[in-house]
Amino acid sequence: MTRRPGFLVYGLLAAFVLGSAAPFYWSFLLGSHTAQVAAQGVPPLLPGGHFLDNASRVIDTVPFWKALGNSVLVSSVCATSTVVFGTLAGYAFAKLRFRGRSALLAGVVATMAVPTQLGVVPLFILMSKLGWTGTTWSIIFPTLVTAFGVFFMRQYLVDAVPDELIEAARMDGCSQIGIVWNVVAPAARPAAAILWLFTFMATWTDFFWPFIALPADNPTIQVALNQLQSGFFKDYSLVLTGATLATVPLLILFVLTGRQLVAGIMQGAVKG
Amino acid sequence: MWDTRWAPYLYISPFFIVFAIVGLFPLAYTAYVSLHEWSLLGGKGEFIGLQNYRDVWDNPYFTKQVVNTVSIFVLSSGPQIVISVVLAALLDNQLRGRTFWRMSILLPFVVSPVAVAIIFGSVFGDRYGLLNELLGTVGIGPIAWHTDRFASHVAIATMVNWRWTGFNALIFLAAMQAVPRDLYESAELDGAGRIRQFLSITLPMIRPTMIFVIITSTIGGLQIFAEPRLFDETTTRNGGSDRQFGTITMLIYNFGWQLRDLGRASATAWMLFLLILVMALVNLILMRRIGSLGGDR
Repeated sequence: MTRRPGFLVYGLLAAFVLGSAAPFYWSFLLGSHTAQVAAQGVPPLLPGGHFLDNASRVIDTVPFWKALGNSVLVSSVCATSTVVFGTLAGYAFAKLRFRGRSALLAGVVATMAVPTQLGVVPLFILMSKLGWTGTTWSIIFPTLVTAFGVFFMRQYLVDAVPDELIEAARMDGCSQIGIVWNVVAPAARPAAAILWLFTFMATWTDFFWPFIALPADNPTIQVALNQLQSGFFKDYSLVLTGATLATVPLLILFVLTGRQLVAGIMQGAVKG
Repeated sequence: MWDTRWAPYLYISPFFIVFAIVGLFPLAYTAYVSLHEWSLLGGKGEFIGLQNYRDVWDNPYFTKQVVNTVSIFVLSSGPQIVISVVLAALLDNQLRGRTFWRMSILLPFVVSPVAVAIIFGSVFGDRYGLLNELLGTVGIGPIAWHTDRFASHVAIATMVNWRWTGFNALIFLAAMQAVPRDLYESAELDGAGRIRQFLSITLPMIRPTMIFVIITSTIGGLQIFAEPRLFDETTTRNGGSDRQFGTITMLIYNFGWQLRDLGRASATAWMLFLLILVMALVNLILMRRIGSLGGDR
């Protein structure tokens, strides 16, 4: 409905945005006061000066730097490999003719519906057999490539790469892998960037499997947050500082790339 | 050329290899484990048929945690769909600062469920929480957000809603923008008001998207784990002192890694899978039914 919106629309939207932003402020606010102040309910509504003290307490309480390093490593490896393998498979499904293509593609779509929680027991047994339990590799491996990644790239590449272009490259004597590198990869770039961001964020925020697979001394940032919360005394200034610190990296990523994320969600919606 | 014939299989093989190992194999192997006595440390024991399923079924917490899971799911997905459709309708205007509004409502998506649960856990604090203080000033409460069963479900559903409403609104917005504009123009010529246009053009046109959102939130919502676990302040962390907000996935964790019984954990995982299938089907049928009722008018 394309009409000039009135004051009411802007007012409602502003209320939504306020609701979206308020918990960020609340988290930082409690994190900026001392444990004593935070324990007594609602603190003064202006930040106190103790955020850095609390941050250093977080770093002393849990292996924070290790957790941060693990999360950066796991998330970027998973995002990169999902993009590479997703583009390859997506291209094959979108543009190449081969026996069993539609059945296999249906298989990819169906696997998106299989809940990850269902597989934790065998995954755990498998990781123990392979001796990977407790390592970051046990977190990376299951998300090396996802069904969503394959499907997302397939949907994009169907329209983004004209068949004639592939045909022309083949006429020029380009090998299959040459076509991927010279024709498909450049065309796939916008979708690849979006897929990378989403996979990075999904891996960064994932909790259940890392929580089961990783020990206290080798956590991801989410598992470390859980350790902070598990203390005997509830120290709100400490845990909320931790929650703030764990969110800042994604917040920076969001400020830099939010435009692409919005576009990605909206494109995916129309096609999916 | 050899590579034209084999390249497609080569390209799709990484996905299918990974999926076979972390998707398909676990699915079958979970069923296999669920039919045995199987301890976390000792490994496989005797074949016991469906005994694990019977044990889980008879466990008093099983029914309770299934009900909790469904209750939290309904409390989160219901309001969420309604609010995100309204939000999308607001955004489907010629707004100034379009990108700003769209990015702002997506902001909660960057906060992990663990962090969301920590932040909202303090907002929903029983004694000194922000919300109870606010409610107190208008003479309500205090509400026992952690101990009261229904209140705790509301608190947890709020976390889910906060994180996902903006995300889903963008999906609905995309669907609304794909609706042909001349439909609205001719409706306007017929004298239909804005509300009327929204109900009889927009809503029916975005129904496929709505089904998509509902199905995906069913799959995700019924597996909820991080939010209730981090919301819990008791030492056992099974979803409150009487598991008033324990979920099915928490029960899987409880059986497998606290009671060290992988057989029962696997049986519970399979029952969760069945529940997800049933709920997804029910939602699908419900949406179809509602849609056809609308079509009759």
